[in-house]
Amino acid sequence: MVSFADQLLVLVMLINFIMLGSSRMAFVIRAVAAQGVILGIIPGLLHPFSGHLLAITASILLAKGLVIPYLLNDAVRKAQIRREVEPFIGYVPTLLLGAVFTALAFVFAQRLPLAPEHRDLLFVPASIATLMTGFLILTTRKKAISQVIGYLVLENGIFIFGLLLTEAMPFMVEAGALLDLLVGIFVMGIVINHINREFSTVDTSRLQTLREE
Amino acid sequence: MVFVWNIDVDPVGSLLWAITLIGLSGLPGLLLKRPGPGQILSVGITACAALWGMVGALRILGGAPATRYQLDWPLPFGPCELSVDPLSALFLLPLLLAALCCSLYGLAYLPAASQPAVEKRVTLFSGLLLASMALVLVARHGVLLLVAWEIMALSSWLLLMTDQQSLQVQRAGTVYLLATHTGTMALFVLFSLVKGETGSFAFPPAHSLALGATVTLVMLVAALIGFGAKAGIMPLHIWLPGAHANAPSHVSALMSGIMLKVGIYGIIRTVSFFQQLPVWFGWLLLLLGAVSAITGIALASAQRDLKRLLACSSIENIGIICIGLGMALVGLQSGNRVLAVLGLAGACIHIINHALFKPLLFLGSGAIIHATGTRQIDRMGGLSRVLPRTAPLFLVGSLAICGLPPLNGFVGELFLYFGAFSDGMLAELPVIGFVAPILALVGGLAVITFVKLYGAIFLGVARDPAIKQGHEAPLAMLLPMGLLAGLCLLAGIGAPLLLQLVAPVVIQYAGVSPLLFTQIAGAVPLQQIALVNGLLLAGILVVWLIWCFLVQRAPVAASSTWGCGYLAPTPRMQYTGSAFSELVTGLISGLVGSQGRVSGLSGAFPASTRFVTVTTERILDQMIIPSLRGVDWCLAWLRHLQHGHLHLYILYIFATLFVLMVWSQP
Repeated sequence: MVSFADQLLVLVMLINFIMLGSSRMAFVIRAVAAQGVILGIIPGLLHPFSGHLLAITASILLAKGLVIPYLLNDAVRKAQIRREVEPFIGYVPTLLLGAVFTALAFVFAQRLPLAPEHRDLLFVPASIATLMTGFLILTTRKKAISQVIGYLVLENGIFIFGLLLTEAMPFMVEAGALLDLLVGIFVMGIVINHINREFSTVDTSRLQTLREE
Repeated sequence: MVFVWNIDVDPVGSLLWAITLIGLSGLPGLLLKRPGPGQILSVGITACAALWGMVGALRILGGAPATRYQLDWPLPFGPCELSVDPLSALFLLPLLLAALCCSLYGLAYLPAASQPAVEKRVTLFSGLLLASMALVLVARHGVLLLVAWEIMALSSWLLLMTDQQSLQVQRAGTVYLLATHTGTMALFVLFSLVKGETGSFAFPPAHSLALGATVTLVMLVAALIGFGAKAGIMPLHIWLPGAHANAPSHVSALMSGIMLKVGIYGIIRTVSFFQQLPVWFGWLLLLLGAVSAITGIALASAQRDLKRLLACSSIENIGIICIGLGMALVGLQSGNRVLAVLGLAGACIHIINHALFKPLLFLGSGAIIHATGTRQIDRMGGLSRVLPRTAPLFLVGSLAICGLPPLNGFVGELFLYFGAFSDGMLAELPVIGFVAPILALVGGLAVITFVKLYGAIFLGVARDPAIKQGHEAPLAMLLPMGLLAGLCLLAGIGAPLLLQLVAPVVIQYAGVSPLLFTQIAGAVPLQQIALVNGLLLAGILVVWLIWCFLVQRAPVAASSTWGCGYLAPTPRMQYTGSAFSELVTGLISGLVGSQGRVSGLSGAFPASTRFVTVTTERILDQMIIPSLRGVDWCLAWLRHLQHGHLHLYILYIFATLFVLMVWSQP
């Protein structure tokens, strides 16, 4: 089962590239939802069946697969955002950067002092690569909605790392993290709407007057 | 029942309970919607807890064992120990007394009925300030002390900002916040080094640290900067006049009477860690003390703002305390027991005395401000008729702070004089002998300053008709002042009692046996002085009664003081406070700039014009602020890092993470 989980993680990393390279907002939202769903399945493959596991898997699937994409799409519709991503640097350079960072993630993960049973798994490199992708999306995309997606990808990266500890992680912590994420996305959706209404744009590169002179 | 019995038996436990109660005393008021009952409740709790705690502190000073309590919490810096030894008790005693007086005073000074907006805040943070200061005194753990230290700094800042609309208050608050955090930074260094050397944040046992010269140097300098900034030792005093002048009067009383002493406590506590101190430290403290004493009182004499004057005189008193401590340290390092005992006893007695008369004066200044609505001494006058009860109480405080018999200020300085003379007579190179003329100079300047203060405020007639002539302070304000004034008199007449109070601390920290202590301290003729003080007081009372009797029979005519032969004198022709201290101000113009500005005086027949004088402080206004401007100019390029682009901020995090990942590679 662990090898199957590894293959799913390869899929997760491929989705990273899809998000970096695609220009359509709706597609990126669907991609991040798919990534969330895949990650939601993995704990079920790794650990023996239990009620606790079932509850977590179900709630992750529900939150990341349905609720969050719905909220994001809703924000896109309400704020009447043009359906393009608008990066600072082009898609091809971002993709190349993503490739470089993924490679670096593998190099770095090999040198980490990990427990022997985790050494040959893809979890750590996939986690670092997804984190880096999240950072890349955060820094290179102009629109506020892309920032939200960046945070989601970042969180997915952290989640992968957390998979190594699922057995040790109590139910309340995971449920709390999930609730946090949901509320965060909900609030960000509202904020984006307000930014749009106030400035008639969601381009965050224009929000720069709030600084000390 | 057993529980209560235990609390009653253990003085440390009762003190800890008292501290907790005082700290929480402002909370019920927050829950009540109506302002008023909360304040009364808080005063009641604080007063009861303070009295209870004072009994505990007195028992510790009387030789009760210093029980140790442990806060066993799962915090990363480990379990924290609390304890009260005689040194802590010596500082806790005036703290609890001030808690009692100031909270009662606040009931009338900032009544909930007329000040509903600020009353809850002041009540809450006064309790927190008192409790955090006490926690600093009982903590035996570096991190716990720092936590209490920060609560103390922030709650006093919040109290200082009570009148937050005023620009002056805002400026004083900013300077205070910067100064206190600079000090805290030094304390971080100190306690990190303690942790580094001993392996734990807990205080090392007394006289146990024997470290390398460099580490000792850094620790002592850090302690001097950190605690000294709070105590207001001279180059670090910049925050003090503004903060004390702009806080509500009962808060100023707490800050000046107690909070400065907490800084002194820190210095004594840190010094007590070391087995052997470097020789220079005692001399440095002595020098700083002398500089603080002289310049502090010189600054005070030039002030025109009532509370600023009192604040500057606090610098002087802290200087005198530091002179005593320096003398004791020099004595300890050179093996001169007499000097150590006399210096430490003088410092400790002055700590108690200053905590009696300085709150008294600040509370009195509150009553004056209450009546007149101004802090400018030059605009007041003749207030002894408006405030017939405050005036004599203020006089007692003024005389005490000048160190004149029969009041208590005299007793502490006497020990220092004896120390200086003993050194002057016995030592080959009597450097400490010079303390005597310094103290004399300080005393003389103090007399000038307080004659000016009292004379300009209470005597003569009102100088500025625009100033309202209010009414006498209510009983809740007079009662605390009366209590403090009574204690000043009692401490003056019962001087041997004061020595009894500080004896355990001196015996412990000067490293002498009780017998030797009695011998050395016995050289100071305290009994005779107490007797003379009592007779003097009785004589003054008799003369005063006879005078009252004569005045009642004699015809009384009202006119302005000292007409100078003018046909139509006006009240504005009286000597002002500034005129009185003109000579001194001229002598110290290097420290205090008093700039007069006349505008538009031209032609043979000039029109009416204005003359304005402004007192500037050289150290803050002309040295520190310009140098900070220079730093600002040098670091202006760093502003480019803060450009407002969110994406680039995230990139900073990303870059940091990346660098850390690469750096952590083996």
